[in-house]
Amino acid sequence: MRTRTADDLAALLGSAAASLAVVWVLFGQVLAWSGTLGFLVCWYLAFLGLYVVVTALSNPRHVVWARVAATWIHAGVAVVAAGLGTAVVYTFVQGAPALAHVNFFTQDMAGVGPTAPLSRGGILHAIVGSIIEIAIASAVSVPLGVATAVFMTEVGGRFSRIVRTVVEAMTALPSIVAGLFIYTTLIVSLHLPRTGFTAAMAISVMMLPIIARAADVALRVVPGGLREAGLALGASQWETVRRIVLPTARPGLATAVILGVARSVGETSPVLLTSGASTYFNANPFQDPMNSLPLFVFSSVRSGEPLYIQRGFGAASVLLAGVLVLFVITRLVARSSGVRRSRVRQRASSS
Amino acid sequence: MAASGDPVTVLAEPQVGPGPDPAALDKPRAIDPGRARVDRIFHGSARTVGGLVLVLIGSIGVFLGLQSIPTLRHYGWSFFTQSSWDPAFDKLGIAAVLVGTFEVALVAMVFAFPLALATAIYISDYAPARAKSTLVALVDLMAAVPSIVWGLWGFFLLEPRAIYVARWLNTYVGWLPFFHVDTDPRAAVWSQTRYTASAFIAGMAVAMMVLPMACAVMRGVFDLAPIGEREAALALGSTRWGVVRSVVLPFGRGGIVGGTMLALGRALGETISVVLIISPAFDIKFRPLEVGTETISALIAGRFGEATSSQLSALLTAGFVLFLITLVTNTIAATVVNRSRNGAATEI
Repeated sequence: MRTRTADDLAALLGSAAASLAVVWVLFGQVLAWSGTLGFLVCWYLAFLGLYVVVTALSNPRHVVWARVAATWIHAGVAVVAAGLGTAVVYTFVQGAPALAHVNFFTQDMAGVGPTAPLSRGGILHAIVGSIIEIAIASAVSVPLGVATAVFMTEVGGRFSRIVRTVVEAMTALPSIVAGLFIYTTLIVSLHLPRTGFTAAMAISVMMLPIIARAADVALRVVPGGLREAGLALGASQWETVRRIVLPTARPGLATAVILGVARSVGETSPVLLTSGASTYFNANPFQDPMNSLPLFVFSSVRSGEPLYIQRGFGAASVLLAGVLVLFVITRLVARSSGVRRSRVRQRASSS
Repeated sequence: MAASGDPVTVLAEPQVGPGPDPAALDKPRAIDPGRARVDRIFHGSARTVGGLVLVLIGSIGVFLGLQSIPTLRHYGWSFFTQSSWDPAFDKLGIAAVLVGTFEVALVAMVFAFPLALATAIYISDYAPARAKSTLVALVDLMAAVPSIVWGLWGFFLLEPRAIYVARWLNTYVGWLPFFHVDTDPRAAVWSQTRYTASAFIAGMAVAMMVLPMACAVMRGVFDLAPIGEREAALALGSTRWGVVRSVVLPFGRGGIVGGTMLALGRALGETISVVLIISPAFDIKFRPLEVGTETISALIAGRFGEATSSQLSALLTAGFVLFLITLVTNTIAATVVNRSRNGAATEI
């Protein structure tokens, strides 16, 4: 027995078609309004009104309310999906002319003017800069963050509660304020030049509380019974943590770390203040400004030159693709460990 | 002296020579052997790392607070009431900037809250069971999209289309001061530039950025609604929306409020989308449809380059104010989620 009858389906499709026709005539011709967004909003409202009337003809009142709520929920999901879809597709479509050239990935922008054609110049310096900065920031934040999480969950005590409060408070730090902090302390007060290192420090300031908190959540999911079993079998606490807790939490920790890195790759505000938008290739993080992907996108789309804007969209596409790849890796790590664990459980239950 | 039936004397009796001292035998044996040496090293080093991290990130907050003292001493309370930002005339104030920050965040929440709620309800109740994990992954993916991509989307794709909506609102509801824009909407050639670069468009871009966060928290809470109560509602003949309205939403109230506050905190601190879209204007006006606004994060991003040390101190003070606002919002979110029925099971 199906819940949706043919009558329901006909009411839905008929209302949609009829409202589309009505709004088409009224919107463009009679009222002379303009704009795609307005058309869609008017169509949805007309559809809603018509659907309420049609449903009320043959259904009790609570069913009518349920249908109205269902249309609102489906419309909300459609708007969110449309937003995400158009953002991703638009970025790739606008960046496609730049991405089609191989020199986009192998050259840098040194000596290339803003009006130069797309066959010259590329974002190699930005890609390498992003990779180096994220590598340094991760090398600083990930060990510190995971060690802090281990401290907060395994050692415990009043001091760890203070640390946890401060870490959770600092996750609220806006990324621009983290950049401003590094700018004021390292660049203005200590007179360090604006290099890849200062940018990496700004990124790690932003990343450290996020990774500490996510790793803390991953470690807390490990059942306390496992820890107690290890201690009861005579292991020291360090052995329990090293051999039982950390391997059990490894997929959760890996997910937390990769997601933290993915979020930090796309953050523009820390690098905006602490590194310069240079045009030449630079692999030395301690000397000379180092460009990175978000900074390149930001400076190129504000330039106003159409070709340069296309390069900016190309760089944004590369950034988006990088985040997508990191995300897929996270899902694979999470899924592979889940499958392994359920297989172990099956084997244990069958024996 | 021990009695003859005492086990101590029974055991001690067959021995030759003086037996063990009974007083020493009566002393309780220490049960706690103390911590193993490797554990003491572990605890010590973990505590060191925890202290190091505490100092590192706590010093950021302390530094920001200390930097605001010379600014507030120099400008006094006029720092919070002055709306213009003229470093040349030594008139600095964040009144207009604060208003702009809340305006953009409010517009963002007006769009983000219903969309996040609808998506969360859809994923937990309306979606087919096989598609659920894919949808959850898509929402997490949306959260990972860099903010600059949303800024590009808002500036290049949304703005040319949203100004028509702004003009429509100005035409029909413009008599309300909130929707008013200072231009004639019914003119034959209406000035498009009066509707661009507004808090409305920036708010929409920020909304797309923060709604995955709110949606994830809400969905996590909705999934914890007891299945028994859901089945009871269905057994009593309720529709799917009836189940949502009577079981899921009341159960998830804490998560809804917590997720919204978390998204609000993130929306207040969003920089790049706002910088790409708005054009800075320093006047206190509650008109999000009109061109020109400024938020604290956009102010810092725009002005740090040419700032002298006193202006830098003022920017740091503004950043500290923003950090405090975001901190209060996040703390309220955490408290609301922890005190609700689903409480500690949810992580925000």
